[in-house]
Amino acid sequence: MLAKRIIVCLDVRDGQTTKGVRFRDNRDIGDPVEMARSYYEQGVDELVFYDITASAERRGIFLDVVERVARVIFVPFAVGGGISTVEQMREVLLAGAEKVSVNSQAVRNPKLIAGGAEQFGSQCVVLGLDAARDPQMPSGYRVFIDGGRLATDLDALAWALEAEQLGAGEIVLNSIDADGSQDGYELNLTRLISGSVSIPVVASGGAGHPGHLQEVFEQGLADAALVASMVHFGTYSIGQIKSYLRDRGIPVRLE
Amino acid sequence: MSADLVVVDYLAGNLRSVETALQHLGAGFKISGSPGEVAAAERLIVPGVGEARAAMEQLCESGLDQAIDGFWRAGRPLLGICLGCQIIFDRSEERSTHCLGFLGGAVRRFTPAPGRKVPHMGWNRVFFRRSHPLFSGIADGAFFYFVHSYYPKPAEAEVVIGECEYGPRFAAAVARDNLAACQFHPEKSAENGLKLLANFLSWKP
Repeated sequence: MLAKRIIVCLDVRDGQTTKGVRFRDNRDIGDPVEMARSYYEQGVDELVFYDITASAERRGIFLDVVERVARVIFVPFAVGGGISTVEQMREVLLAGAEKVSVNSQAVRNPKLIAGGAEQFGSQCVVLGLDAARDPQMPSGYRVFIDGGRLATDLDALAWALEAEQLGAGEIVLNSIDADGSQDGYELNLTRLISGSVSIPVVASGGAGHPGHLQEVFEQGLADAALVASMVHFGTYSIGQIKSYLRDRGIPVRLE
Repeated sequence: MSADLVVVDYLAGNLRSVETALQHLGAGFKISGSPGEVAAAERLIVPGVGEARAAMEQLCESGLDQAIDGFWRAGRPLLGICLGCQIIFDRSEERSTHCLGFLGGAVRRFTPAPGRKVPHMGWNRVFFRRSHPLFSGIADGAFFYFVHSYYPKPAEAEVVIGECEYGPRFAAAVARDNLAACQFHPEKSAENGLKLLANFLSWKP
């Protein structure tokens, strides 16, 4: 049986991992390469690195981090943040990432998803989708871009389905309402999207306790769950989260 | 560094993760798309992600299909990974592609079902069907990382050395004589995968 994946998310700014709440108040919490190595040793299933500076002149620092990460971990990892061209996708894949995550730039230019899927295969192209509750939208959720700062006219469910058609191989679904709260994932949003697309959906935003992962796998139908604060600050290890889930009948990779 | 080990570059996806895993294991190797170098290798890895038709066209245009065929017939150890595990069969359902035909059988597409998404992406258990040097030191039912929408369906059951369950059971690893191949990605399967690669490097079929 396919295991539910636990994915650790690292936001990287100027070569350092940072963590904020609701996209704000970021503070440095460590070296991303050393953190990646530690999570690998703890048995993490996958990692995702977001370049949260994403400025042209700092791009080299981030690519260097990606290259060094690729040399020390032997599980898949994705990279995102400010990627706006197929050429930039190629850069991070050649630096050693398995997957590239596109978000705001894919909203502005949906051909980016199709172009990436055609060049590198759908399995390489992840759509990052930031959504917030909005009763005016058909699905009840609106897509936001630029780190949650800019509202779009897109309905979250419609955009997820369109991205799948364009060739996205996976969706990392981030709830802006839940992000950083540690009060649990947005189950309704996750179930809505994951139950509607046929590609894997990674739940993101709100994890604070292993029980939140159990909920999002069982009730939210998530294929994988992103964690950050609950492991970055040493509250839980990957092994503790997986043991908790295994004891409650969730299939996880625990060896 | 010796080029006894060659990783075939036929433009089917990113070879970077295979490269870093082999470097981590301290293996000397060369990445090559040259039919001459492939034919002269002592040990061969055929990796690949992507689409079967494009991969076969690239192999045939470059003459690598003949080089890999000659290498295999000479009895030296060959490991296929992911797409490299599919193109060794007779044919693939993916755009009705004629493949290398080292093993009898076809490559089929997973049918999506409720709770079973396609691609099959993530960590799944591989259950051994028979012992093989590739699995030495690895536990039966160990997890490996998969990402694929198509899976091999060998004509002969005895070539299956490892099975995985995703809906129906499918062949996750196959072997015959000097040929071995896995549908999963050992280079991305943490310590189990590194062990399997190390086993291949010392395999004397």
